[in-house]
Amino acid sequence: MNPIWAHILTLVLVLLVMVTIAAGLIYVERRMLAVWQDRLGPNRVGPFGLLQVMADMIKIFFKEDWIPKFADKRVFVLAPMIVMISILMTFAVIPFTPLISVVNLNIGLLFFLAMSSLGAYSIVLAGWASNNKYSLLGAIRGSAQMLSYEVFMGLSLMGVVVMAGSFNLHDIVMAQNKVWYFIPQIVGFVVFFIAGIAETHRLPFDIPEAESELVAGYHSEYSGMKFGMFFVGEYLGITLISALIVTLYFGGWRGPHFLPPVIWFLIKMFVFILIFILMRASLPRPRYDQLMSYGWKILLPLSLLNLLITGACVLYFK
Amino acid sequence: MLSNIRSMWLVFLRMFHKRVTVQYPEKKNYLPPRWRGRIVLTRDPDHSERCVACYLCAAACPVDCISLQATEDEKGRRYPEFFRINFSRCIFCGLCEDACPTYAIQLVPDFEMAEYNRQNLVYEKQDLLIDGQGKYHGYNFYKVAGVAVGVKEKGGGDNEDKPVDIKKLIP
Repeated sequence: MNPIWAHILTLVLVLLVMVTIAAGLIYVERRMLAVWQDRLGPNRVGPFGLLQVMADMIKIFFKEDWIPKFADKRVFVLAPMIVMISILMTFAVIPFTPLISVVNLNIGLLFFLAMSSLGAYSIVLAGWASNNKYSLLGAIRGSAQMLSYEVFMGLSLMGVVVMAGSFNLHDIVMAQNKVWYFIPQIVGFVVFFIAGIAETHRLPFDIPEAESELVAGYHSEYSGMKFGMFFVGEYLGITLISALIVTLYFGGWRGPHFLPPVIWFLIKMFVFILIFILMRASLPRPRYDQLMSYGWKILLPLSLLNLLITGACVLYFK
Repeated sequence: MLSNIRSMWLVFLRMFHKRVTVQYPEKKNYLPPRWRGRIVLTRDPDHSERCVACYLCAAACPVDCISLQATEDEKGRRYPEFFRINFSRCIFCGLCEDACPTYAIQLVPDFEMAEYNRQNLVYEKQDLLIDGQGKYHGYNFYKVAGVAVGVKEKGGGDNEDKPVDIKKLIP
């Protein structure tokens, strides 16, 4: 087959699968939250309630696409696109198997960090364009949280980069042929996981949304498909962080040979997605200043220390 | 940090607990006999209406959802000409049942009264009246009341003495 067509096919495949998984997570999350709270969850639409996603989608597509009169229209429309685009772009660099990945980028990890920083703009712009005090408060919190958590998110990843000697995600997976990096890089893994939660604004770090304080935070004014994009964007973010954790710390597509690599990748990814949902079911939201001081005073020094020790060890054993 | 992981583990274990959800339309919960649900008007053991149209239920109703009009038949027995309960207002407090001197108005264990049209929630007398005696069997108000309206002779009721002939000297 023509390599260009193969590329386009991979691209469309990854896009479709990832968006489908993200939409399916709406059902998975509702169902798993129910399971962990002694309830049953959605079980009426179709077998086991599996068609609930379809029902939700049909509903959200037919809702009125309303823009408030007081909103800044162009920015208001732009903001939900940014969150989808920036996260979907990052999926391009993730190696799902040795063969399936959209682009083999030699700065893959930096690309992810750049895109996740761009994702912060969606929150800031959404909150600002809404022209609503709760949205603005959510946006301010979101930007501050992003600013503080972006720093040691990058630093915690550097431990992996130092060990693998490459920013390329393919090389990082290849370098894990002896031992998966979560064993030598356990500190980096924990710090990246916490930063990843903050990155996706999931509970316990959903402070920009904080529905018990700020209505719905930065997307208070959004409805219809624009809200749906924020919603699916959040689940795409979870999928992305889970995929990255698997790629960087849990050997990517590696696993015993009785299953194909892509299945191993998806199994590991879903384990982390379920942990994300479990955290939502069990943990309370910290206060805002607690979150900030936790980030700057504990996690930042920890990730620096991790980077120093990793670097020293790598130099010593070389 | 450790307590967070512990609470996550404990929440995870809830997976293996029994569900508290009742699959409602298929499975229905037990409702106690004294559950305050739909309001009915009951009948005597001899199958005539218990209600004597005393208006006490309408007066007791905190949301004024009961309206009725008293009238009498040819023997002097009072009964409601119409009896109307607006269930879109009713709060199912049961004060009407408490106020009723003849056990006529009763609340029964039924709550499935949803309607598409609000006007359908206004129940008329024929909707409220049931054939049975409800929660109080064998009770007949006119058997224990003083007046005779064709249910019993004067002095012929339960626990009632024969009327005294005031013209006689011997007790």
